[in-house]
Amino acid sequence: MFPSRFDLVVAQSVGEAVEAKADVGEGGRFLAGGQSLIPMMKMRVAFPETLIDINRIAGLDAVERSNGHLHVGALVRHADVAASDAAFGAIAAAAPWVADPLVRNRGTMCGSVAHCDPEGDWNSVLLATGAAVIAQSPGGQRAIPIAEFVQGAFTSALAEDELVTGLRIPVPSGRFGGSYLKLERKIGDYATVAVASHLELDDSGAIAAAGLALTSVNPVNTKVVDAEAVLVGQQPSPEVFAEAAELAAAAAEPRDDVRGTAAWKRQVVRTYAKRGLAAAAQQAEGS
Amino acid sequence: MAAPTTPAEIGGIGHSVQRKEDARLIEGQGNFLDDIDLPGTLHMAILRSPLAHARINGIDSGAATALEGVVAVVTGDLMDQHGLAWMPTLSGDTQAVLATDKVRYQGQEVAAVIAVDPYIATDALELIEVDYEDLPPITTPQQSLEEGAALIRDEKEGQDDNLVYTWETGDPVATEQAFARADRVVTLETHYPRSHPAPLETCGILADVNSVTGQATIYMTSQAPHAHRTLFAMVAGLPEQNIRIVSPDIGGGFGNKVPIYPGYVVATAASLLIGRPVKWVESRTENLISTGFARDYYMKGELAVTDEGRILGLRVNMLSDQGAFYSDAQPSQFKAGLFHVVTGSYDFGAAHIDCKGAFTNKAPGGVAYRCSFRITEASYLIERLVQNAAYEVGIDPAEMRLRNFIQPEQFPYETATGFVYDSGDYPTALRTALEEVGYDDLRKEQAEARAEGRLIGIGIAHFTEAVGAGPSRTYDIAGLKMIDSAELRVHPTGKAILKLGVKTQGQGHETTFAQIVAEELGIPATDVKVEHGDTDHTPYGLGTYASRSTPVGGAATAVVSRKLADKAKKIAAHLLEAADEDIELDSGVLSVVGSPDRSVTIQDVALAAYTNLPEGMEYGLEDVTYYDPPNLTYPYGSYIVVVEVDPDTGVWEVQRMVALDDCGVRINPMIVEGQICGGLTEGFAMSAMQWITFDDDGNCIGANFMDYLVPTAWETPRFELLATEVPSPHHPIGAKGVGESATVGSPAAFVNAVIDAVAHLGVRNIDMPVLPDRVWAAIDAAG
Amino acid sequence: MEVTITINGSDHAGDVEPRTLLVDHIRRTVGLTGTHIGCDTTSCGACTVLMDGKPVKSCTVLAAQADGSAVTTVEGLKTAEGLHPIQSAFTDDHGLQCGFCTPGMMLVGASLIAENPDPSDDEVRWAISGNLCRCTGYINIVKAIRTAAARAAESSGGS
Repeated sequence: MFPSRFDLVVAQSVGEAVEAKADVGEGGRFLAGGQSLIPMMKMRVAFPETLIDINRIAGLDAVERSNGHLHVGALVRHADVAASDAAFGAIAAAAPWVADPLVRNRGTMCGSVAHCDPEGDWNSVLLATGAAVIAQSPGGQRAIPIAEFVQGAFTSALAEDELVTGLRIPVPSGRFGGSYLKLERKIGDYATVAVASHLELDDSGAIAAAGLALTSVNPVNTKVVDAEAVLVGQQPSPEVFAEAAELAAAAAEPRDDVRGTAAWKRQVVRTYAKRGLAAAAQQAEGS
Repeated sequence: MAAPTTPAEIGGIGHSVQRKEDARLIEGQGNFLDDIDLPGTLHMAILRSPLAHARINGIDSGAATALEGVVAVVTGDLMDQHGLAWMPTLSGDTQAVLATDKVRYQGQEVAAVIAVDPYIATDALELIEVDYEDLPPITTPQQSLEEGAALIRDEKEGQDDNLVYTWETGDPVATEQAFARADRVVTLETHYPRSHPAPLETCGILADVNSVTGQATIYMTSQAPHAHRTLFAMVAGLPEQNIRIVSPDIGGGFGNKVPIYPGYVVATAASLLIGRPVKWVESRTENLISTGFARDYYMKGELAVTDEGRILGLRVNMLSDQGAFYSDAQPSQFKAGLFHVVTGSYDFGAAHIDCKGAFTNKAPGGVAYRCSFRITEASYLIERLVQNAAYEVGIDPAEMRLRNFIQPEQFPYETATGFVYDSGDYPTALRTALEEVGYDDLRKEQAEARAEGRLIGIGIAHFTEAVGAGPSRTYDIAGLKMIDSAELRVHPTGKAILKLGVKTQGQGHETTFAQIVAEELGIPATDVKVEHGDTDHTPYGLGTYASRSTPVGGAATAVVSRKLADKAKKIAAHLLEAADEDIELDSGVLSVVGSPDRSVTIQDVALAAYTNLPEGMEYGLEDVTYYDPPNLTYPYGSYIVVVEVDPDTGVWEVQRMVALDDCGVRINPMIVEGQICGGLTEGFAMSAMQWITFDDDGNCIGANFMDYLVPTAWETPRFELLATEVPSPHHPIGAKGVGESATVGSPAAFVNAVIDAVAHLGVRNIDMPVLPDRVWAAIDAAG
Repeated sequence: MEVTITINGSDHAGDVEPRTLLVDHIRRTVGLTGTHIGCDTTSCGACTVLMDGKPVKSCTVLAAQADGSAVTTVEGLKTAEGLHPIQSAFTDDHGLQCGFCTPGMMLVGASLIAENPDPSDDEVRWAISGNLCRCTGYINIVKAIRTAAARAAESSGGS
């Protein structure tokens, strides 16, 4: 299978990239890792007229902590995140389970975030931890909270001339832990079900902040706000996790498909939410 | 295991000789189909139906033809002008090459573009407009056979329903009587799902037909180049002497590369009409949606048993989903392949099996995916049934098998379906495997785990295969008897070339067949070059599938080597001035019996064959043998799988997998073990994740490697291998064939293990693939 | 567009269409056919090459994206000193059957042992989990990569 013809712009700067995108409009697509886009083009389900390659842009490849945040540039590959000491909690837990090792060497975290595939891992993780997506257009830069950024299946809050240049993820100051439990049929598969958990504890050991988000069980990655609310202020316990897990299961509206029945997927959400929160709490208590 | 009788430097049978084929493959110097490039080659892409069932009202290829770089667009009408719109299948049906009337499955070939470049050929596909008129698709064989179901094969004369065939074997009366005597009847209804061999290299062809000379050189991914040459001659009407099929290095076959596919016919016709070489290499999607599916049997098995756990009889009803054309690649007299082997490893007197095949709006195929023609389905059914019977009778599944095994002294053993098993020692095999896995302790652990709410399961499968088709009195494909051949030439310097009718796809023929010559003649295996795959340069044979290379081609190699050994002894007698009958040959030394110092080497004899012969003897040291096996061979094995099931999610993981195989004499133990590990992995894949299914509209789910799941190293279990070695009494070197044993035997072991984990809840069946949602649902329903 | 890619140490300059996949450029333009194609969806890894030292699937990289990069294919494993340890280990441990996945498996293995001189069984399985094999069941591939690691460590320790 072979992609159809397109023009290629190799951008040397963010400014050049977003100008080019503004010029070509909706027929243009940014190309970073290309690990989703190029297969879609080969299968001829995506036909961009122009690809704007951002891989040559300097300064977008850092994953580092500063000012209480983890910053992830647009050219940081999944493998870089997996190898980074700066990654934490659910982010560190999820990185090794994104795609497969070779795809992780090319694919970028920001590219996945921008792609907004409801079966993608990163948006669930970021919905749990909290994050801002840094978007640049010819008119300037803005930071979009992840919960606003993720709008629907393959739909984000990005304007047509905006490029995701990075992510800004708050690093909790106190004790915290996170997990990402992913049920996939094999390595390289998208999640059948995955649950991202993030817990921060106060000095008394009670849950000060909680994040819980689901992959592949709704038309969009889902932050389970009511479950988070139930957790906050409680001491970690199997009972409170079970209560949150029930709310997570209720928030999931999966479909019957070749990967399994909706009833079963909801059961996996329930189970993984319980286990994932327990793992996050254990990590937090040990931190 | 028998120790090798030749020294390591000769490398005869029993030595784990390093593979000769590796040198080129590890340096990227393999010569696979797509690596071959001829000057002026054009590239073909195929337009396929997006619909499962539709009438074609018209095809407009004008825009595609006009695209720069496009040389031709081929449609069914054009093929029809040359009498090639339809072609015969291996099962006596006809199959559309390019659709003219209607499309009958999603992915069916509708048109082809020939262009200077594969990218442009693909571009042009999008410019072809096909006017389809939707017809209702039939997606299950049950629907297909319902009264009033839409007729899929309306073009086929005399076909007024969707029934492909009916077939039966065994003795219905005796079986009825056995069931009447039984204390209980154990029933299992299960679907062996549609699967696909999916070798890592897809299928392809490079057809180079010279319109002036009429010479057709056809490079293709062929497991059976000689049979394909003959079929090309029959289909295309080309004189057979002008057809040369070259099957280069093949990136795995597993049955996928046995049939002739429409793309081959179109590419060859296009090359003939255009006068330039035409290459077509399938995309993975084309491979999965249109070529060579396997299995897809709905099976109902009933086992008549006594309260003591004795099996009295077996009854099986089956319904086979054949897809839109009947193109099973199997011996012509065997509609359900060698399903007769469903009586398994057990001694009982009565069986009756009947099977119906039905057309559906799905891809045709019915290839024997790493299997000797429906053996996999048969082996799976009996091993699942026996396990369930043990639960019902209330005895241990291992003990159930031991009570019913055919005993070693009963061989040769004629089964209730008429197969004559050649040799075996089943009790020793199973007991050895049970001991290795620590069976009694495992059962204790299982009970303790259950008390804690954990689910551990131990699954057994003791399979018997029937491979090496086959004796000419019974076995043919498209009328061609299933013999195979070997031609051996020993050169004056004592080096040899062995030419085979069979063709490797990774099994290591270039090594193991040289070892057979080394064993018989004492010429070092490294001095024996093995040639195969080129029909101009090798003797006739039916090819490599159904584990037949060693049973048939290997036997031919041993026999032709022995013919040369006889001549060599005569030459040695002449050189040593001894009587012919006083010469013995051992590891390449020919000596006078009782006087070991009076000797010559096989190399001395080879030189003499061209320089110094006894009077009246013909020069040279070469011969050819066509081997007609007297019987099939019957490899067997005992597999034991231990799993743990997560009761909350149904996810199961393999903890142990012990596989004992008895494939008779092992020519190269390293290669044999490699074959077993590969087969176990494919068996695991089918048990756990790998299947092709369809939605109600007939859309194929499993059309690429994101949906058709091939396990990676991460999911694949670790295997512990064991061996026993009971030779085949009728095979010249006692070998039985091993390439498919593990794929045949292991699915039942994996599935039985999961069932065993939840059997105490009353669960008796979960269809393959044993997906976690199915396991969880079974627990939920039982709970 | 004009690209220059260093393949196995030699510069290959030429004009490519933007849509040309790196694997097609390597196979059809440069003529190195040891890199194979097994799927269309970045699933199988038969097309694996090392791009600036890291294994990637060359069917999902545009040739234009490799402009200025150093690419190693299976043909580049062997040096003047002889076979790469991964190559001889694959033969010794029967790590290949049909040989179609082998170039990719060896390149991933070579890259792994360059970073991790003593990988465990699990580490090897994890590293090759982006590459499919239909023949071997992976056991001997894992074994071969570990053998190569041990030999490489031995020879570098000895020098």
